[in-house]
Order: sequence, then structure tokens, then C-alpha cells
Amino acid sequence: MSCLQTLQDYGLRSLGIGERLLPRSDFTLCEQFVLIGSGLIWNVYFGLLAVTAGFFFATALAIAKSTQNPVYRKPAEWFIFLFRGSPLFIQFFFAYFLFLQLKTVNPFFSPLTSAWLGALLVLFLNTSAYSAEIFYGALRSIPKGDIDAADAYGMTGWSRFRRITWPTMLRLAWPAYTNEAIFMFHATTLVYFSGFPTWQQKGDALYYANYFADKTFNPFVPYPILAFYFILLTLVIIGVYGQVNKRLNRHLPQANRAKLKLRMNLIR
Amino acid sequence: MEGFQWLSCYLTTGKHVSFYLSFGTVLLLLAVTAPAAMLFGFGGAMAARGRIAPLRWLGKAYIALVRGVPDIAFFLFFVIALDQGIEWLRHQVKCPDWDQPIRQGSDFVVCSAAKMPLGTSPQWMHETYGFTLAVLTFAIVFGAFAANVLFGAMRAVPHGQIETAEAYGMTHRQTFWRILVPQMWIYALPGLSNLWMVLIKATPLLFLLGVEDIVYWARELGGSKTPKFTAYPHGDWRMWYFLGLLVFYLAFTKVSEVFLDRLTARLSHGQATVGGTAQRKTS
Repeated sequence: MSCLQTLQDYGLRSLGIGERLLPRSDFTLCEQFVLIGSGLIWNVYFGLLAVTAGFFFATALAIAKSTQNPVYRKPAEWFIFLFRGSPLFIQFFFAYFLFLQLKTVNPFFSPLTSAWLGALLVLFLNTSAYSAEIFYGALRSIPKGDIDAADAYGMTGWSRFRRITWPTMLRLAWPAYTNEAIFMFHATTLVYFSGFPTWQQKGDALYYANYFADKTFNPFVPYPILAFYFILLTLVIIGVYGQVNKRLNRHLPQANRAKLKLRMNLIR
Repeated sequence: MEGFQWLSCYLTTGKHVSFYLSFGTVLLLLAVTAPAAMLFGFGGAMAARGRIAPLRWLGKAYIALVRGVPDIAFFLFFVIALDQGIEWLRHQVKCPDWDQPIRQGSDFVVCSAAKMPLGTSPQWMHETYGFTLAVLTFAIVFGAFAANVLFGAMRAVPHGQIETAEAYGMTHRQTFWRILVPQMWIYALPGLSNLWMVLIKATPLLFLLGVEDIVYWARELGGSKTPKFTAYPHGDWRMWYFLGLLVFYLAFTKVSEVFLDRLTARLSHGQATVGGTAQRKTS
């Protein structure tokens, strides 16, 4: 079977399109590359949606945490502590079993027990908490002069926030936020190892890599392939976030621009 | 039996005692892994700033490679890789006249004398071996992070200190051990405390390495039980068990945070950093 044929059969296998049965013996390098790559679709799906949605919620949380009013501050602090203080792995398990219980109460909740929604929700809340802490730190380190200048121009409330506070916060937080996005994409590999079931063997990249390692009892092929894909993905994220970073810093003189410093990949 | 009495009996069954003991496994893992990872990290950092080029490349490659890939992949990879590596080495030593290939299709075949642990050894040996592999894996992965932190900390020590030491005629080795190492800890501490927090949160991954840890027992005990198999039937309680684990980890994180804050205050004493200067002013 040629590699092109394999690509047709298994290229979208993780979405349930193409050949139904996974290869069972005589695994070729091409099959491993294609299937693990196909699983990567799910990692990108989880990561992209969680990070995008989490960005907005995190901004709200960071503002809530930095207000004086305890009605907003306390819940935000607790939310952030809850999600940053416990392992993501345990959060997944807890959420999955919680969703199972909810399902017995009302069938309305049944989509939550499948990974595409339930795990996405957990990832979204988790990344929101981590990003909120980063944004909160950035909010507190906005130069006082910037705010004073905005006041001097007579800006208040929403317009001051939108034109001064928010862009400065993003600019300061961006290098750390890039790392957070990379962690998030790496953390998506936990989904199918934490209770959420794979249905018809539609899994993510690590699921397939693990499948091959189990079947061939040879970890030295599938895991390096997985590593290759993830390094590629990481490079793409760095590229995209680097462009945004450039835009956020474009008004500054060359020497003052924040460099992206990468501290990659710590587990939660 | 009803209410409280039922619960107190239920919570002290043999299996629950195993569950409580598995918290000990987690603490043991942390107690063993943290120093081991520090050792790997120190070695990695020393290699990465070494004067011999191949050694330096090795150190830097170790740091870069482990940090670039999702760690869970490393956890899954290293356990099999280490296991096979050890068995392969033993195979080479113990059965030199074995003529069949080790990889036969999808099988990894070594002679029975090279099996690790031996097929005849008792159950606890298997468990200990599995746990040791897990510790080694954790140490390798977290060693890379620690190496990165220590490497940065060594560079953060003010250069004037090194120059002064050299002006006093200290050798390279003396400068390293007497000047650089004692001073670097305060710079390394923020990174290391962060790493400790991450390490705590990585312990549930033990479950994936096949160790019977708290996640394993929570799933086992929480699942719904029928009267046929147990004297304490109940529905699906896994949610509550995992809530318990969540609370355990939150408490653990909180305690660590308080402790590390104190340690930072202690180590800042007499250091030429912002924290140290602030301490001098108040006292």
C-alpha cells in the first residue's frame, strides 16, 4: 500500500473519516506518521478553542482580581487558586465523573461526558485561571505614569481601559502568555488519558502514539514522531505569538521592546 | 448499620487503608524525586556551562530536548525505554551466546535470566521495580527543568564576585564551590519553588506509569459496588473521591507555598538582592 493510499485512508481517521479499522500488524513508518498526525487535529482543536475563549475570560478574571470590591475579587481569587493549585489530571477526572452524575440528572448534560465538549470546558477553565494570573501580574506592573497620562487627557472608565490599560497589560503579559499557550497545547495530550473515553478509537496524537507503542512494544518510533509534531506545533505557536508581540510593541523604540523569552513546557 | 457508623466502618476497610497508604506513595515519590531531580539538574547545569565543548553540547541538548516535548509523552516513553534498555544490557552480559534477534516483529525478547525483575521474584519486587522506574523517569524529566533553573542562577551571580575570587588567586574549582554555589541558591529559589509546585501537580501521572497510586485507588474504590461483591454497596462515588484528591492537592500546594515563602525570607538574609536589602532596613 502506497503512502498516498495510507494518507487517504487514515489522514482524517481521528475524525472518523476513512478506514474504520486501525492497522493491526506490519506497521509502516508512513502509517505511524499519518495516524499520529491525524490525531494532532484534536490537539489543535482543543488548544485553539480553549486558548481563544480562555483569553477573554482570563481578561475578565484578571480585572476582577485587581478590583478593590471583594464581591468581585474574592470569587476570582478562589477560582484562580482552585485551578492553579490542583493538577489538571485530577481536574479532568473530577470533571468527567461530575458530568457523569449530571447526565443521570438530566440528559441535557450528556454531551459534556464526551471529550470534545467536556474536556474542552476543563481546558478552557484551566487556561483561563493560569492566563488570568499572568494578566493580573501584568495589570499590577503597568507603569503609573501611563495611567496618570490617561487621566491628564481626561480619559476615564471604558475608554481608558480600552486605549491604555488593556494594550499595556497585553504588551507586558505577552511573553509569559506565549508560554502559557504552549503549555496549553502540550496539556491537551492529557485528555484521553484521564477518564474521557475515546469513541471508535478517535483519539489525539498521544493516543495513537501510545497505541503504536503498545502494539509494537517499541517506543523508539512513535514517540519521536509525536515529539516531531509537537516541536513543529510549538514553532508555529511561537511564530504567531511573535507576530502579535511585534505588533503590540511597534510603538516602542527598538531597545525597549520586550523579547519573547521561552520557558517551555511545565506540566500542570 | 446506618449513617455515621456505616461510614466509619466503610472508610476503614482494608482497601481504604491501601488507599490511605497510597498517599504515602505520593509523598515518598516526592521525597525521592526532588533530590534526585536536583542531582540531575546540578549535573546538567554543570555540564551546560562546562569548558569541554562536547560535554557542554550534551548538557544543553538534554535541557532543550526534554523541555520541548509534552512531558506526558516522556513519561510514557521513558518507562518502556528504560525497562527495555536495562533488560537489553542484562541480556548482553548474562546471555552472550544468545543468537536470536531481540526484536522479533512486535516482540521484545530477551533470555529469561535477563528479565527484570526475574519472573520468579515476589510481587513486592515487581512493585518496587515499577516505582523505581517511575522515580527515575520523574528525575530525568524534572532534572532538565532544574538544570535550566540552576544554569540561569549560576549566571545570575554578580560577575564581580567571581572576579574577586579569581583576584584572590582561587582556582576555577575553588571559585565554583566556594563562591558561586553558595550564592546561587537565592537566584535559583523562585524557579525551584515553581518547579516544586509543578512536581506536586505532576504526581498523579504516576497512575499512567502503572503504579497503584491515589488515582488508581480513587477510581477503584469510587466505582459503584453491588452487594454481591462487598459488604458496603454504594453507587458511583468516584466524583467524591476525586473531590477529595482535589482538596488534598490544594491543601498541599497551600502548605508548600507558605513554607517556601519562609525559606525565601531565610535565604534572602544578607544577600545583595532587593529582598535582602529590605530585610536589613527593617531590622
